[in-house]
Amino acid sequence: MTGFPVYLVDGARTPFIKARGAPGPFTPVDLSVQCGRPLLTRQPFPREALDLVILGCVNVIADEMNPARVAALRLGLGAQTVSFTTQINCGSGMQSIDTAYRYIRDGSHDMILAGGAEALSHTPLVLREEAVEWYAGMGRAKGPVDMARQMTGLRPDFLKPVIGLERGLTDPITELNMGQTAEILAHRFGIDRTTADTYAMESHHRLAKAQSEGWLDGEVEPAFDDDGHTHETDDGVRPDSDLASLAKLKPAFEKPYGKVTPGNASQITDGASWTILASEAAVERHGLTPLARIVDSEWAALDPAIMGLGPVMSSTPIARRHGLSADDVDLWEINEAFAAQVLACLAAWEDADFCREILDLDGAFGRIDRDRLNIDGGAISLGHPVGTSGNRIVLHLANALRRTGGRRGIATECIGGGQGGAMLLEAVT
Amino acid sequence: MTGPVLSYLGETRLELGPLDGVEPTGNWRVATDAAGITWLGLDKAGSGTNTISEDVLRELADHVERIETKRPRAVVIRSTKSSGFAAGADIGGFSDLEAGGAEELLRQGHDVLDRIERLPCPTVAVIHGQALGGGFELALACDRRILITGGAVGFPEVRLGLHPGLGGTFRLTGLIDPTEAMSLMLTGKTAHAGKARKLGIVDVVTEERHVAAAVETFAQGDAPDRATGWKARAMNLKQGRQLAARQMRSKTAKQAPQDHFPAPHALIDLWEEYGDDPNAMQKAEIASFARLLEGDTAQNLIRVFFLNQSLKAAGRGDSGISRVHVTGAGPMGRDIAAWAAIKGHHVTLGDVDASALGAAVKSSRRTCEGAHLSPAQTRDALDRLMPDPRGYGVPRADLVIEAGPEDPDLKAKIHADLVARMKPNAILASNTSSLGLASLADALPSPQRFAGLHFFNPVPKMQLVEVVSHDRTDADVTDRLAAFCGTLGKLPARVRDYPGFLVNRALTPYLMEAMMLVDEGVDKETVDGAAIRFGMPMGPVTLADQIGLDICLHVAESLRANLDKPMAEIPGWLREKVDKGETGRKAGKGFYDWSQGTPEPGDAPEGPADLTDRLILPILDACVECLRRDVATDEDQVDGAMIFATGFAPFRGGPMHYARTRGTGEVKARLEALAEAHGNRFAPDDGWSSID
Repeated sequence: MTGFPVYLVDGARTPFIKARGAPGPFTPVDLSVQCGRPLLTRQPFPREALDLVILGCVNVIADEMNPARVAALRLGLGAQTVSFTTQINCGSGMQSIDTAYRYIRDGSHDMILAGGAEALSHTPLVLREEAVEWYAGMGRAKGPVDMARQMTGLRPDFLKPVIGLERGLTDPITELNMGQTAEILAHRFGIDRTTADTYAMESHHRLAKAQSEGWLDGEVEPAFDDDGHTHETDDGVRPDSDLASLAKLKPAFEKPYGKVTPGNASQITDGASWTILASEAAVERHGLTPLARIVDSEWAALDPAIMGLGPVMSSTPIARRHGLSADDVDLWEINEAFAAQVLACLAAWEDADFCREILDLDGAFGRIDRDRLNIDGGAISLGHPVGTSGNRIVLHLANALRRTGGRRGIATECIGGGQGGAMLLEAVT
Repeated sequence: MTGPVLSYLGETRLELGPLDGVEPTGNWRVATDAAGITWLGLDKAGSGTNTISEDVLRELADHVERIETKRPRAVVIRSTKSSGFAAGADIGGFSDLEAGGAEELLRQGHDVLDRIERLPCPTVAVIHGQALGGGFELALACDRRILITGGAVGFPEVRLGLHPGLGGTFRLTGLIDPTEAMSLMLTGKTAHAGKARKLGIVDVVTEERHVAAAVETFAQGDAPDRATGWKARAMNLKQGRQLAARQMRSKTAKQAPQDHFPAPHALIDLWEEYGDDPNAMQKAEIASFARLLEGDTAQNLIRVFFLNQSLKAAGRGDSGISRVHVTGAGPMGRDIAAWAAIKGHHVTLGDVDASALGAAVKSSRRTCEGAHLSPAQTRDALDRLMPDPRGYGVPRADLVIEAGPEDPDLKAKIHADLVARMKPNAILASNTSSLGLASLADALPSPQRFAGLHFFNPVPKMQLVEVVSHDRTDADVTDRLAAFCGTLGKLPARVRDYPGFLVNRALTPYLMEAMMLVDEGVDKETVDGAAIRFGMPMGPVTLADQIGLDICLHVAESLRANLDKPMAEIPGWLREKVDKGETGRKAGKGFYDWSQGTPEPGDAPEGPADLTDRLILPILDACVECLRRDVATDEDQVDGAMIFATGFAPFRGGPMHYARTRGTGEVKARLEALAEAHGNRFAPDDGWSSID
């Protein structure tokens, strides 16, 4: 890759807060402010040194159009800081980093705040199309007779809203729910229920260990809500998760035979994450210590019905470009949308025919050991605030490389709608 | 957080019509536009704020005379200063009027306003910011009032021991529902845009950008229809007014007893007697105002106004402080942090206990609501207040305020951790109320950048902050801290390190004497009643409960240990009470039961004859001691500090002023007599002999 080097110098996220059936304490921008404040406060540079703000967010709420701009102003970045929001569904938080990376690489920017924010618990209730038309008709009605005529069109089901989240997690082209796409992959790559559940259990155990070891300190900053509650850690983790209790859960998407359950799928949570990207000049000017260098990035697309293979489609070209085998990558963060989906990706990479036909490799890409994959847990244990996850996995990969002394890492995610995103990081020594 | 573009354009631009670019002659700028509308712009010479002075009125009379002959299509009166319409009468001017001078001056002012009211063309007052007192009365003489969003009107005269004197009493009661008008004048509260519109005080509330269009509408329109509702008609009958006046009197007596605060009672008399006859009410208003102005209450409250001004002046200047770190999220720390954030500072609040930080966010939101912030302002203030369990704010802060527990060893440890991480020029200030600063300073590598910043509880309400220097504090540091208090809208009192500093040194003997009296068997209600009759906002027993008996005990013990003066014995049962957890308001129980809210001491038997002196004179004696020891600068500073930190009977002008009014010789003699009767703790300070 030509261009200026780009460094990830720091980052922080909120604890991921499980959605509990009612709107949570924070909106997407609130979450961005909660983790953005401590992150910016601990920097040695003033806020004005940031020349752009990019925030990934899928479910923007009505009070916060262009949440990047609202967050930047609430973070005190000043009226003259350009801020925009990116959206590529589950890859939005990585798209913000990728956009920042490209700007700095091209030399147009020096230091960019790139994040992701999502409050799935705030996903709005959506009115049925017919109900919207009826309301519009009422608005247009002239005089009481017309109004009365309109009134007769009111049907009881107009008042029964559709949950927006359900619609958001359904692919409109194939009309498949995301969980159903994971069921398809489980079937095609032979992932059984026990293997998926085992993967899920480990995710919880790994996160619990990372939390108790203090490996997430500084990466996770506590959030404080207006009602006086302090949210210190990801609250969806179940440290005592075991196979017996996971086995009891019923399939969530394809009853009664499906393999994807609430236990081996990612959790619905609220959370935000920021990273700071800087040029070499900015690193020197402000005396920063980079966590990692961003080396390359890639986006790929495939059939929406098998969107879960997005990591395979987007990561492999990066590996090829840099002549890396599966073993050359010390740490992998593959976003855990579904256990079956992550395991299907691993299986695809081990499948020589698939790799030859689809990835243009000479044979199987290779095996990715579990001790190099999602080493501190993932979306199954801590949740998947869609616009945030891509940002979180890049940030965590950088922190994990530093902790383990690894040299190279890839963070990658599948994206609803049939896409994938990947990013290659290198430790700075 | 205004950006450069809006800073260049200016957030607002006053609509000045033809006055744009017109130089003032005297205190007014005058011009007539192409449409034949004459604009009178008030621009008081040599001042950032308009006041209604003798000169302003005399020049206005000349301009009105010309308007009477030239007959413009309409007249607009507004301020051309961005600071607002007018802050009221020139208090400096009328406080030193000779007897009888006031009445003559008032008559001239009334004459001008009457002539504005009689002008045949429409007259429009445009009010931005505040129109208070005399300024409001000028606006009331116009046919129409346009209020700019965010503006307010009001009659704060009662706070100076007066009532409106330039026609406000009969014009406002004639314009709107008279009971509402009386309520505004009796409480001294300002009516903000929404309320002013609802009450009918202003005709329209709009933005500065629509002023020209609004003026044109009123210039074309008819004179306003001052329709009077059924309630106003009922008040035209004397019986109606008598009934209403009785209610007003009983309500007023609770807040402001007639003996101490004659003005509101005089206002009620005025309206009850003349409420249906504007001419008679005008005459009576002038006479009553002049009478009040000569009285002790008004003179003392005007003094308090100037004490406030001079303390405020001590808080001017550039603090160089924008980022503040407060360490310790207890009740004081979190309130200081919240208040600083409300006032625009970026604040980090540190505490080892993350859940205490959560509680601080909740309480800060209540503080914002209590300060009448809008939801967006509350959001912004809370965004500026960052709970900081890891102390990220310490190396960025220009000022670190330590509000930890009152334990010298613990404080020393906290200070050491902080200074190791603070940036080179940052100031460390302790909010201690009972520990000596000099010994805390001994442990620090840079004692010159360490001082006391002593806030009073409740922080949002109490105006005074003691800026305490020890023998090594840099003068620049106290200057910056005083200026920081100014940015918080607080009044800084610069005092020197001394046990209890100034305020607690003076207040503690009063609280402890109350404990002694209770110990002697006097009812707590009797003790509190005597203090309230003297003019204190609450009795000492209630106050001790409110401060917290544990804190009172701590301060009292510390004073007993550190002062070389005899102090009242601390009754053993007080310690037992604290040990039992009955620490006052915060515990729900102290001397009083606070579980149902603030207790109201009922009627109680009269106490001993020397009860009031036993409570009050020790305050005076401690003030004299603080002056003798140069803890405080001068008597005015002492009076201001005691009034704005403790609410010391303001109509008495402060403890030193009270001592002088009673006669310092007499006070000293009383102290000697009390020492004879009750013990050495009353023995007058040596300082009495050096003040005369």
